Amino acid sequence: MNPLRLLLCTLALVSTLAHAQSRPLRIGELNSYKTFPAFLEPYRKGWQLALEQVNAAGGVRGRMLEVVSREDGGNPGDAVRVAEELIAREQVAMLMGTFASHVGLAVSNLAARRKVVFLAAEPLTDKIVWEDGNRYTFRLRPSTYMQVAMLVPEAARLHKKRWALVYPNYEYGQSAAASFRKLLAAAQPEAQIIAEQAPALGKIDAGAVVQALADAHPDAIFSALFAADLQKFVREGSLRGLFGQAVVFNLLGGEPEYLLPLKEEAPEGWWVTGYPWRQIDTPAHKAFLDAYRARWNEEPRLGSVVGYSALRSAAAALAKAASTDSESLVRAFEGLNVDTPFGPIVYRALDHQSTMGAFVGQLARRDGAGVMVNWHFAEGARYLPSDAEVRALRPK
Amino acid sequence: MSGASAAVQFLNGLANASTLFLVAAGLSLIFGVTRIVNFAHGSLYMLGMYLAVALAPITGFWGALPLAALAVALTGALAERLLLRRLYEAPELMQLVATFALVLVIRDAALWAWGPVDLLGPRAPGLSGAVDFLGARFPQYDLFLIGLGPLVLAALWWVLRRTRWGVRVRAATQDRDMVRALGVNAGRLYTGVFVLGALLAGFGGALQIPREPATLSMDLQTISDAFVVVVVGGLGSIPGAFLAALLIGEVKAFCIGLGYSEFTLALEFVVMAVVLVLRPWGLLGQAPDAVRGAAAVPPRLVAPAPPARAALAALAVALVLVPLFAGDYALVLLGDILLFALFAASLHLLVGSGGLLSFGHAAYFGLGAYGAGLALVKAGWPMLAALAAGPLLAALAAVCFGWFCVRLSGVYLAMLTLAFAQITWSVVYQWNAVTGGSNGLIGIWPSAPWTGRIAYYELCLFLTLVAIVLLWRVQFSPFGYALRAGRDSPVRAAATGIEVRAHQWAAFAGAGLLAGLAGALYAFSKGSISPESLAVPRSVDGLVMLLLGGLHTLTGPAWGAALFTWLEDTVSRGFDYWRAVLGGIMLVLVLAFPNGVSTLARRRP
Repeated sequence: MNPLRLLLCTLALVSTLAHAQSRPLRIGELNSYKTFPAFLEPYRKGWQLALEQVNAAGGVRGRMLEVVSREDGGNPGDAVRVAEELIAREQVAMLMGTFASHVGLAVSNLAARRKVVFLAAEPLTDKIVWEDGNRYTFRLRPSTYMQVAMLVPEAARLHKKRWALVYPNYEYGQSAAASFRKLLAAAQPEAQIIAEQAPALGKIDAGAVVQALADAHPDAIFSALFAADLQKFVREGSLRGLFGQAVVFNLLGGEPEYLLPLKEEAPEGWWVTGYPWRQIDTPAHKAFLDAYRARWNEEPRLGSVVGYSALRSAAAALAKAASTDSESLVRAFEGLNVDTPFGPIVYRALDHQSTMGAFVGQLARRDGAGVMVNWHFAEGARYLPSDAEVRALRPK
Repeated sequence: MSGASAAVQFLNGLANASTLFLVAAGLSLIFGVTRIVNFAHGSLYMLGMYLAVALAPITGFWGALPLAALAVALTGALAERLLLRRLYEAPELMQLVATFALVLVIRDAALWAWGPVDLLGPRAPGLSGAVDFLGARFPQYDLFLIGLGPLVLAALWWVLRRTRWGVRVRAATQDRDMVRALGVNAGRLYTGVFVLGALLAGFGGALQIPREPATLSMDLQTISDAFVVVVVGGLGSIPGAFLAALLIGEVKAFCIGLGYSEFTLALEFVVMAVVLVLRPWGLLGQAPDAVRGAAAVPPRLVAPAPPARAALAALAVALVLVPLFAGDYALVLLGDILLFALFAASLHLLVGSGGLLSFGHAAYFGLGAYGAGLALVKAGWPMLAALAAGPLLAALAAVCFGWFCVRLSGVYLAMLTLAFAQITWSVVYQWNAVTGGSNGLIGIWPSAPWTGRIAYYELCLFLTLVAIVLLWRVQFSPFGYALRAGRDSPVRAAATGIEVRAHQWAAFAGAGLLAGLAGALYAFSKGSISPESLAVPRSVDGLVMLLLGGLHTLTGPAWGAALFTWLEDTVSRGFDYWRAVLGGIMLVLVLAFPNGVSTLARRRP
């Protein structure tokens, strides 16, 4: 072979290899951006910020990280098709995203079938890691059960006897109510549930529901309402004097997405889970807050933290894995430690649930807006059932 | 429930009834005169809410009410002048596609203008408190609403009964052609009615802001409630709408008061089904006069000529060979297109040839999917048996629902199909132990030898093609001709010895069976199934595919399904505001091809 040709061939080979080396690592992301924009626009800004930070620091394994993001249409059928497209055509290393529980479960079911790792960022359903859990699915946010468990110690401490439940009539609301019933009975056996209202999601008839609850004269109310339902409930309840007679515990009520629209009508004294972003002064959160404000020129929501932490988790798993095939990624995810704005979390090998926590506190009004006060951070790891219980729940 | 709380719940029911009445009255007026099934009415209501919330800080709450209503009326005028006016000569249902496209555009416009966060409006100044009533606190504003409903009813009654314009509107409600023949400017009358309807919708929306936040999902939520009220009351009857709003408002309030809140999920649909079965034209509606004139008889269904048949056969062969050169994702998308083509073609048998408008076809699609899923996951049946169980379950439901539906006609029939679909949906949605509730069922995957993408695609292709060809052949069998005879002239058809109802009933069963097959194949292709597969949007998608492709063509529905599915997939990937883009494309298509895109090939200069 003549030397010139040899040189050219070598150069061509090197450039091909170099090209392969610098080809970005792809993560497929899908979410119901147009169905739940209030939560998911901040979520998108969160993962975009994390992506820029990861790539500015040199990417993962010497390769840039790329996110191929898709609208999932807000229903399981379309979401599965979009996920198929990400897997088959975009050749992504892993999937992340989804919001509603049924969409998350459908994508997780596909992930197991196609043997692709899926990080469910937002869905709250307990089933995605327990009854319907599978080898390829991991979940970031604290589940419905965990968030209920965080509220129950505060609820039991008040020694209220007569409880009323109100929750949206779908899986999240039903399982929140069921967990609350079970955990309250364990923590405070003399408590009774004396009334129960399960209005249709997004269609609460607030006046009638508030009146029906008031008729039962509860000492305390556990609510899993959120978004428009919560706003209607708060307005009718305060007009009709329901909250004068009963203390209220509202799951998710302190999340800025749901608290801020209430403005100066935020109900004082309610116990909630949420995210008091202005008052958290840990270094990890401060760094996130400053970077987020600088990048987007606005305040973060809980969705921002979820998006940011999800991408950080994916990047950490890809960096830790021996290679980017699914089996290595599963092994990397199991027991993976990630630093999030809420502090370090671990993806448990046992059930693939992360130990991300939430903030528990009471609502108050400051300067015409709702804030959380008397809050503390509830470590996710402390609010999970025993390992034996979890093992019994997960399919073999 | 004590007497005092019953009284309070009664007032709650009245307050909600007023709200329902305001939005339903406009819809009823518009339908009565123009025969437009205005899907965008809920969007106009939502627009009223957003505008009122935006205007309130500037003009004050009480100033924002009329301004928002006027702005919405103006939007309505524009929509009627620029869009719907061009479609009065098109097949009636084409306006349904146009207004559905408007829903998509208006929702994205609201997202763009006001952002994603729910907007809670101010309370009404002067009426922001509550009064003591039998030991309970009752909002002053709700008392105001209770009074306002009858006032608006009286005002509308006066306009319709005591003004010249009202006489024309009533005349047009009864007989449009006659009114036109008598020299009334129908165009102006239609615009006027549409504007009044939009004004009422905007006013109703603006009035709600002290009670609930403006949200982007308001549009579709409102429209189904409004339709129910209009139909229960009797189309075009304003007092009927008032009575129906009262009935539904009270039944809901007492259901909640008595502690049965979980029944409210589909309560209005149960009420509607009962009313329609007992009174086929609603509480105060009248039997519609038969439509006269050439416009009433749709064009003849033409069988494809030999060259077209050859082209279709070539297409079928090409579809079989697709896996040789296309990627995995192309198979996934093509699979979806085939399923929906079958879904649209089965709907075509009902709506096109049968003249039986269905707003609830998703029920059979969904039951097919659930039937297959339950047989596989819960009963442990083998895959092919499960695949057969789905369509059979769907057909069974179609036989039951169809028996009631064929006793009605027109929009009443459509709404009864919707009621059955929604009742089915609510059962599936709440029956956690069996259907998995709102989460649905997972793990519905094909088993060997159909596990691979290619194998499953070929199975899907085979079954859908066989089913579609079967549907096409049925259209030109004696059954198909008899069905169309019953659609075009029930009296003459009956006189020639055709049992019109029996044919329609059989069409229900057949359409249900094949929609169920599409659903069962869908479940296996996605691996999971959720209540959304039998919810209203799926039914609407089916109608849109059918109409976009061409209601009175043979192959049109399949083309429409392919076009719609492909558009949705492509547009949602390429655009941020993809709903608006999809809506815009649909509007262009509707205006360019009012008889469906498949008529493109047939156009002659």
